[in-house]
Amino acid sequence: MKEESQIKQEREQDWRVSLRNGMKAKDRIAIPRVQMPERDARIRSTNNEEVNLGLTETQAMTEAQRCLDCAKPTCMDGCPVGVNIPTFIKYIEVGNFPAAARTLKQTSALPAVCGRVCPQEKQCEAHCIHLKMKSTAVSIGNLERFAADYERNSGCISVPEVAASKGIKVAAVGSGPAGLSFAGDMAKLGYDVSVFEALHEIGGVLKYGIPVFRLPNEIVDVEIDNLRSMGVKFVKNCIVGKTITIDDLKADGFKGVFVASGAGLPRFMNIPGENLAGVMSSNEYLTRVNLMNAASATSDTPVYTGKKVAVIGGGNTAMDSVRTARRLGAERAMIVYRRSEEEMPARREEIHHAKAEGIDFLTLRNPIAYQGDEKGRVTHMQLQVMELGEADASGRRAPREIPGKTECIEVDEVIVSVGVSPNPLIPQSVSGLDVSKWGTIVVDESSMQSSIPMIFAGGDIVRGGATVILAMGDGRRAAKSMNEWLSKK
Amino acid sequence: MNKIISKEIFSENVVQFEVEAPLIAKAHRAGHFVIVRVGEQGERMPLTIASSDVQKGSINLVVQKVGVSSAKLCALNAGDYITDLVGPLGKATHIENFGTVLCACGGVGTAPMLPIVRALKKAGNRVITVLAARSKTLIILEKQMREHSDEVIIMTDDGSYGTKGLVTNGIESVLQRESVDFCVTVGPAIMMKFVGQLTQKYRIPTVASLNTIMVDGTGMCGACRVTVDKKTKFVCVDGPEFDAHQVDFDEMIMRLNAYKDLERGAMQRFAEQPEQDRPAM
Repeated sequence: MKEESQIKQEREQDWRVSLRNGMKAKDRIAIPRVQMPERDARIRSTNNEEVNLGLTETQAMTEAQRCLDCAKPTCMDGCPVGVNIPTFIKYIEVGNFPAAARTLKQTSALPAVCGRVCPQEKQCEAHCIHLKMKSTAVSIGNLERFAADYERNSGCISVPEVAASKGIKVAAVGSGPAGLSFAGDMAKLGYDVSVFEALHEIGGVLKYGIPVFRLPNEIVDVEIDNLRSMGVKFVKNCIVGKTITIDDLKADGFKGVFVASGAGLPRFMNIPGENLAGVMSSNEYLTRVNLMNAASATSDTPVYTGKKVAVIGGGNTAMDSVRTARRLGAERAMIVYRRSEEEMPARREEIHHAKAEGIDFLTLRNPIAYQGDEKGRVTHMQLQVMELGEADASGRRAPREIPGKTECIEVDEVIVSVGVSPNPLIPQSVSGLDVSKWGTIVVDESSMQSSIPMIFAGGDIVRGGATVILAMGDGRRAAKSMNEWLSKK
Repeated sequence: MNKIISKEIFSENVVQFEVEAPLIAKAHRAGHFVIVRVGEQGERMPLTIASSDVQKGSINLVVQKVGVSSAKLCALNAGDYITDLVGPLGKATHIENFGTVLCACGGVGTAPMLPIVRALKKAGNRVITVLAARSKTLIILEKQMREHSDEVIIMTDDGSYGTKGLVTNGIESVLQRESVDFCVTVGPAIMMKFVGQLTQKYRIPTVASLNTIMVDGTGMCGACRVTVDKKTKFVCVDGPEFDAHQVDFDEMIMRLNAYKDLERGAMQRFAEQPEQDRPAM
């Protein structure tokens, strides 16, 4: 992360000072927050086009004026990867978009991705000075997306500066956000980085999980190509722990390994009928549609296209699943969630988009059983009606059953999206690795180093289930501390 | 991309490929499987490794044509490339000297049984293999099985080869004449169900190697889940071998049929497409 002094220095550059003084703070605050233009909900719910359209140059420059260029940029405290927020925004304000994009890339390997899928309202934007003044936060996420998209569409993509080669090999296990972010930082430091991926596509959850209407695949590919041009090598179809072991990597001269193998087994609720045909995990459903392209006539992979689809859960993955079902022709696509909408972990924007697309929200409902026909296909779900009681350990009001109150609803497809357990392959294959009772790899929180010094870990394999940006933050921290550890050796 | 070194046709619908895969060959143990994908729009399909050769850096896969994806794979020839191949996956078979072991396999379950038979024999077991199929032309790997078994009993539904009858008839003939310490079964789910019922009657510990639907095959999607001893298990990471007396085979069969209608449609479209219009592989 950037040194505080460096950020101060940048802020004192002449152009920044005169830009800051050119407009009164009062006038900056008076500008209303930009609204992200969206594709029409009726049309977009029938296709796979991206929902958010992106800001125009004028919109972005106006929004950038809202930023007060604070002496103490608290927004940066909210960013897990420490993006230099004021500098990139001020570059946008003066219309120097390529410089804004370059600034983003100093700290983030995937700015176009983060600008789309980060929960900014809980991170950088939650710390924006505007909120203290009863105004709306600067739209940092939308500006990030604008700068990254501008650079990509301009055709001249900058490759971050790479230090002279150290001739030291390091590996990332998994090519999701944590692995990619680690790879980017280590390449910049001059390491020889190889990323090993189990699937046939690079990108992890960015490819198999997040649907293209939220994150188009081309955008992920451009960011991956950018890492390639920094010298990062990618090895597909290689499962560390199965195809090769960490000992093999060590024997092959790798000095450090960052395990970012991600989420694994989907959780189910262990209720009757859950193994009926037509009931599946969101991981299975999204993998079929996103990674395997199963909805296309040219794909060999099949997928159900239910007409009455229930998605169980209230997180971002549940929203992705239900909105996908809608796009694949569901006449009734439902979210079933045991608490109220207020407690849903999904981003407000996703809930808002889902509602606009005609998704039914069955809140305060919990499935207790599924029924099927003679062929074993799911036909009905039994829901227990709930109410909210006292706050629980998570601070959210705990749902409790209203005795005797149940409902029976017709369904022909159920997608269970109630979380995942960490991928068991690495913990199973490395002896001496400290693993928690939940199957996550135990690491030192600040250095991300595991009980085996050469193995670092981050993302869902450590957190059990997190966001893209937290995984990226782990990747950056692991890169920083692995570099320090290797430099001391 | 993995190169096909050679192709051998076992029967009209069953072929064996020898595929370049040095890392998988090195890591392979009996019971492991791979995920194979043919073409950029191809499906991920699990296949048990029949054998491996570390020196040559190759593995053998025996494939039966049952749907579009296996048909596409079977259409490949020596010199062609398999788009994606990943593994070895699953837990290896638990091998020890049990004493007398009965290996009961049917149809395409014969290929994955071969490395298990070989490993059991090497561990010092007396191995009796029951090889079953609908008719003589569908019996495969007989010679290799004979090489590594103390006895091979062939059963055909129509009596065109060996003894007329089902795999269970062959097993029962052994159980009635001598004591057996352990049984392994690989084949269609319905066959493994009846093998399990029979050996349970004789109280012989039995493992079945399950071949369920998978998407990623690496412990992520849960498509392969089965109920074993009333608990949900994932075939790709907890299996593929489970106690045959505890597996809910009826549920497994129902789940295997889940995509039948969609697959039939896809197969029809594939068959009706003229060769030159088929997507490049």
